[in-house]
Amino acid sequence: MGDWKTITVPAPSSVLDSKNTSQYTSEKKMSPSSLNMQQVLRLPLPSSKSTHSFFSAFCTEENVEQSISYLNRELTTLGFPSLYAESKGKELNLISILNCMNELLVLQRKNLRAQEDVEMQHLKLGSDMDHLQNCYAKLKEQLEASKREIVGLQERDRQLQCKNRNLHQLLKNEKDEVQKLQNIIASRATQYNHDMKRKEREYNKLKERLHQLVMNKKDKKIAMEVLNYVGRVDGKRGGWRTDKTEARNEEEMYKALLRDYEQCQKQLLVENAELRKVLQQMKKEIISLLPPQKQKPRERSEDGIGPVLSDLEDDVGELNKENMWELSCETVREQLTNSIRNQWRMLKNHVEKLDNQVSRVHSGALTDKDVISREDHELETEKLELEIQHCKEMIKTQQQLLQQQLMSPCDDDTTVLLQDCYLLEERERLQEEWKLFREQKKNFEKERRSFTEAAIRLGLERQAFEEDRGTWLKQQFLSMTCDSKYLENVKTQSATSGSSDQDNHLMNTRSQQKKPRSLSSVPTSAELCQTIQHTPYSSSPCAISNKTTEESKPNQWEEIYREETE
Amino acid sequence: MNFSEGFKLSGLLCKFSPDGKRLASCVQYRLIVRDVNTLQILQLYTCLDQIQYVEWSSDSLFILCAMYKRGIVQVWSLEQPDWHCKIDEGSAGLVASCWSPDGRHILNTTEFHLRITVWSLCTKSVSYIKYPKACQQGIAFTKDGHYMALAERRDCKDFISLFVCSDWQLLRHFDTETQDLAGIEWAPNGCVLAVWDTCLEYKILLYSLDGRLLSTYRAYEWSLGIKSIAWSPSSQFLAIGSYDEKVRILNHVTWKKITEFEHPPIIANPKIIVYKEVEKSATVETQKLSFPPTRELASSLFSIPSKYDISQVPMSLQYIKPVADRANPRIGIGTLAFSPDNCFLATKNDNTPNAIWIWDIQKLKLFVVLEQLCTVNSFQWDPRQPRLAICTGNSKVYLWSPAGCVSVQVPMEGDFQVLSLCWHSGGDTMALLSKDNFCLCYLEREEVK
Repeated sequence: MGDWKTITVPAPSSVLDSKNTSQYTSEKKMSPSSLNMQQVLRLPLPSSKSTHSFFSAFCTEENVEQSISYLNRELTTLGFPSLYAESKGKELNLISILNCMNELLVLQRKNLRAQEDVEMQHLKLGSDMDHLQNCYAKLKEQLEASKREIVGLQERDRQLQCKNRNLHQLLKNEKDEVQKLQNIIASRATQYNHDMKRKEREYNKLKERLHQLVMNKKDKKIAMEVLNYVGRVDGKRGGWRTDKTEARNEEEMYKALLRDYEQCQKQLLVENAELRKVLQQMKKEIISLLPPQKQKPRERSEDGIGPVLSDLEDDVGELNKENMWELSCETVREQLTNSIRNQWRMLKNHVEKLDNQVSRVHSGALTDKDVISREDHELETEKLELEIQHCKEMIKTQQQLLQQQLMSPCDDDTTVLLQDCYLLEERERLQEEWKLFREQKKNFEKERRSFTEAAIRLGLERQAFEEDRGTWLKQQFLSMTCDSKYLENVKTQSATSGSSDQDNHLMNTRSQQKKPRSLSSVPTSAELCQTIQHTPYSSSPCAISNKTTEESKPNQWEEIYREETE
Repeated sequence: MNFSEGFKLSGLLCKFSPDGKRLASCVQYRLIVRDVNTLQILQLYTCLDQIQYVEWSSDSLFILCAMYKRGIVQVWSLEQPDWHCKIDEGSAGLVASCWSPDGRHILNTTEFHLRITVWSLCTKSVSYIKYPKACQQGIAFTKDGHYMALAERRDCKDFISLFVCSDWQLLRHFDTETQDLAGIEWAPNGCVLAVWDTCLEYKILLYSLDGRLLSTYRAYEWSLGIKSIAWSPSSQFLAIGSYDEKVRILNHVTWKKITEFEHPPIIANPKIIVYKEVEKSATVETQKLSFPPTRELASSLFSIPSKYDISQVPMSLQYIKPVADRANPRIGIGTLAFSPDNCFLATKNDNTPNAIWIWDIQKLKLFVVLEQLCTVNSFQWDPRQPRLAICTGNSKVYLWSPAGCVSVQVPMEGDFQVLSLCWHSGGDTMALLSKDNFCLCYLEREEVK
């Protein structure tokens, strides 16, 4: 009954050691250790410390009786005899305890062995499993490989069958051909045989005839009996055959041949020329069909028609010139055909493009505004047709009405009314026109009045201008002569009358002197204008035109007139 | 269309004179010369034996009558009925006889084709030409009559000799690359000679007038070859009919084939007009029956009238499969003829012997097919216009023109089977020949509807 706490319990793997230690423990301590063992078996990896504590944990000095009773209970449930001496009481049956202990040890050993066995089996099973898995994998691989092989073999089989079929077909063909050749050979053979037989028959006949001839003494004469000889067709006598005739014959023959060839060549030339003309026409038409370059620069960039066309047009010019001379050299011919080919290609492209455009339009996308979709076009045409119909109907109705009005036999009142309404219309129109006319007349009157006033003013101004001029001239003259008296006289004269007589007088007086040549230079217009504006004229407007004959001052006169009218 | 009465005839020997004024016919050993318009007998000549061949001279002044059995050729003059001429070949025998183009020489081919003797009616000279070839068409004259081509065979090789007909000078002599020459024919322009080989070999050679080989044409090997050829009147085309039921057309510029005409037994193209001869159901009106039966009635009782119907395409023609193991089988294109205006070509395929195929040469397409009830014996184009006359061995004559075709019953007493026909050179008259009789058929203008 010592305390075996100090005994360290090893790890559950060394079961034997624990068994040994359990042997040395007292019976009291046995149970905790075995219990601990059991617990150890249950627990995964208890540490040595915990087992150690378990040993002491179950039974301590305080709960010995309890632990004994517990153990007894457990053992009895397990089928072991009771630990107590009697069914009740606290006397422990040592023998039964020892037996129980032994039994438990045996059991433990058995369990351990069983465990070992199980573990061994487990290991074996594990290794078996691995082995089987490996086998399985290998077999799977083998299966795959064999499947692939099968597929490959099937493929080969199929190919071989195909080949077989082909060979059969070839064989059949060859057999057919052989049959055909055999037939041909057969027919040729029959033909040969037939010919051969014919020849042999002829040969036989020949032999017979020869025989006959040899045997026959009387020979039938080969001759011609003729009453008289007939003349030749052309009436001439026959000639001897000489070298000359031979040469002539040869010549004739060659002439005939040459004639024939020349005729042939002529025909071919004519045909050639016609065809060339046709080609030229075609070329021109194709060029006209193709879109012109200027309007569609986009197309030019797309197709490159532009530069090519221009080149071709140059060529056309060249070719036209050349064909006029009817050259038929190789290069011209090639050029023509090449150009036609190019243009045809371009035309084809153009047509294809148009087709594409049309198809695009049909599918709904209008890319080119110049191209009108067919439906729109049709709508337009329908609209136009309707309009035309409307107009036609209108015209018809109007015509009918007109007819009615002209020819309808209605009573006098209505006719009078109708006439009246015509007249009314006309009257109204006439009235309108009268109104217009009167307005215009008024306007004209106004203008005329203004014109007359202007003319009157102009006349007055002119008069004043003339007076002014006269005074100015007088001044000039007087200033030149330095005679104040003369100036006064002149002034008085000018004050009384301002007509042209004075001017003439002035001119006369001026002409007497030779000095005023320098002074006869036209005075500045500004000075004159100033002087003239202050002196209006009184002469009638009709005289204005007469007065404009003065040469020295026409410019200023016009300026003055303009200033007045403005 | 008027028919003259029938006259006696033997041996299908009835020929119009080249100038068109006279008609020569033979009855046994008598030669009868009639006027074409009135059919009055102008001359009657008696020969020594049954006449086997009759030919007018080119100027229509002389007629030769050949009697092959006796080996005699007798020549008669129309201007001087008392004039006579007899050429006796004696032991040499006679197989063929013909005039030269100038009408003053006679070429006799002796037996076994030993030689050709050229007898002159103007001089006493005789010429011999050795080794002529015994073939279908061994002698050919140019259309203008200046040159003659003769096929010869020496040492198992074929040669061609060209002679100038005016003085019989040998112009050219050259060999041909043929196995066994079957025939020669001049082009109408007289400058090209077509030479074709035996039917075992499809080969046609074209020689120029001066003997140069212009071209060779071979369509295929081994099978049976050329059966017949025809030149177009303008010499532009050469049509070659062969045993493979096709006609090949060569052009005169390159001598290469420009097209091939096939003759299948089934016509499928709907653009082709097919005229089929059908029998009209003969309705004999009982009231009109009288005794003795009139001639028209008699002929109508004996022969069933027929008319042409336009058949629906596709239709199949009567096809005869030939006996395979016989020589010279009845297959292939046996007859070819161009119309005088060069627009049409009429062909007959011996596989479908009831049908005549008319091809449009301008379009190089099949134009019309005529199917008859009986086998076509012969057909000939009108020498002036594209009108084809056909006879099939019954008592009808058939005419086709682009306007249409018509079947005409020949109103003759008894059994008149038209075996052959020939046109007058003016184109409005036709002679219909049967075994024992012949009659003339006068056509009006625009006869065919």
